[in-house]
Amino acid sequence: MNKNSNTYTFLYAAVLVIVVAATLSVTSIWLKKPQEQNITTEKKLNILLSVGKGTVTDAVDDKDAYINTQYDTYIVESFIVNGNGERMSGNAFEINMKAAYEEIKAVQQAADNEQPTLRANLNLPIFVCQDDDGCLKYILPIYGAGLWGAIWGYVALNDDFNTIYGAVFAHKGETPGLGAEIATEAFAQQFIGKKIFEENTFTSVKVMKGGAAKGNLHGVDAISGGTITSQGVEKMLYDCLNAYKAFLEISKR
Amino acid sequence: MDTQEKEPLFSAKTWRLLTNPINKGNPITVLVLGICSALAVTVKIEAALVMAISVTVVTGFSSFIISLLRNTIPNRIRIIVQLVIVASLVILVDQFLRAYAYDVSKQLSVFVGLIITNCIIMGRIEAFALGNKPFPSLIDGIGNGAGYGLILVIVAFFRELLGSGTVFGLRIVPESWYINNGGFYANNGLMILPPMALIVVGVIIWIQRSFNKQLIEK
Repeated sequence: MNKNSNTYTFLYAAVLVIVVAATLSVTSIWLKKPQEQNITTEKKLNILLSVGKGTVTDAVDDKDAYINTQYDTYIVESFIVNGNGERMSGNAFEINMKAAYEEIKAVQQAADNEQPTLRANLNLPIFVCQDDDGCLKYILPIYGAGLWGAIWGYVALNDDFNTIYGAVFAHKGETPGLGAEIATEAFAQQFIGKKIFEENTFTSVKVMKGGAAKGNLHGVDAISGGTITSQGVEKMLYDCLNAYKAFLEISKR
Repeated sequence: MDTQEKEPLFSAKTWRLLTNPINKGNPITVLVLGICSALAVTVKIEAALVMAISVTVVTGFSSFIISLLRNTIPNRIRIIVQLVIVASLVILVDQFLRAYAYDVSKQLSVFVGLIITNCIIMGRIEAFALGNKPFPSLIDGIGNGAGYGLILVIVAFFRELLGSGTVFGLRIVPESWYINNGGFYANNGLMILPPMALIVVGVIIWIQRSFNKQLIEK
């Protein structure tokens, strides 16, 4: 067969693409289980890190077992609330924050008369951590958009439902060295002790370009060179915590 | 690979294919290919090592597969066929890392995907695999990957030692030396930043050429 003919070229391309696609699909299915296992463990680790647990993970031999034990020890309860702060049924760990984020966005964009229904249908997971001293911390997952892709994290609140006890952030593919710095401990630690309510008004925490003034309870320093990512973090905090507002206000009383 | 029976599996010629790229034909220091990832992933040795292995796997197998197909590939879509093979190998490597080396795969983040754009791979396919038999091509690919990886690990060794005071994550510079703990020492923060990788590569090139005079361009 003439190798330079159009038929040959088309056939060659078609066969090649089918073979490659089949190989990739088979591998993807085959590796799905360990990959999902890794993601579940990482989620547990992130939840733990937001309350300052699981920090010595790198020093233990069996990481998975260690994280699972720590998770079972400290995370005593998890539940789902809706936008009115009412408990919903379901498994909080299984809630996909991406879907929840879409729902939160839908509430914001909806007309005024549709808002109550949509808000009542929100599914917002909450994880409760009981510390060694018996104090309860409430861990709220957050999700948003950075520069290149999704960013997410966990914010742990003290039982005054106002002061941030700890936070952790992660991202899909922000620029290494710039936006990706949100995943560092140094960035997350700035949030400790910040407050998300001023008196009874919801303020969230601002991520400020040029740096937050010392003693500012509602602002932290942004990442130099990571402006869009920093703005993404600020918007993520505002949007997601705002969705939890009703729950927080009810619990505060 | 029936022709392999005529000469021993590791004849002097094949052996040279493996060793030449490690020194005299090194892709980074002599051919100056694949510099971008050498800057990006050399802050920690562990990441550099995983990157080196990944690139070696991709260069080796892509050269091997292309060499197997070399007489069937229609010339007009040659580059696209090469890209498809390289890209799918990179996806496979990425999937494996996600399943079995999750932490490192997160550190390497986008750079695993960017192996596709590493000039060494397409360079070796075009220059070697298209005109040679599968086995020598495989060896040539592995040799070039290893030559790349060697430089990556050397650069990472110095950057991690001087920038973080650790090697493979193990502490080498004692904690008590640090200024914070009342000592006299501070990590060189510049080492963590990409420009230092270029300078370290430059120093390696300098040292290599002072030993190998024939590498010096006239």
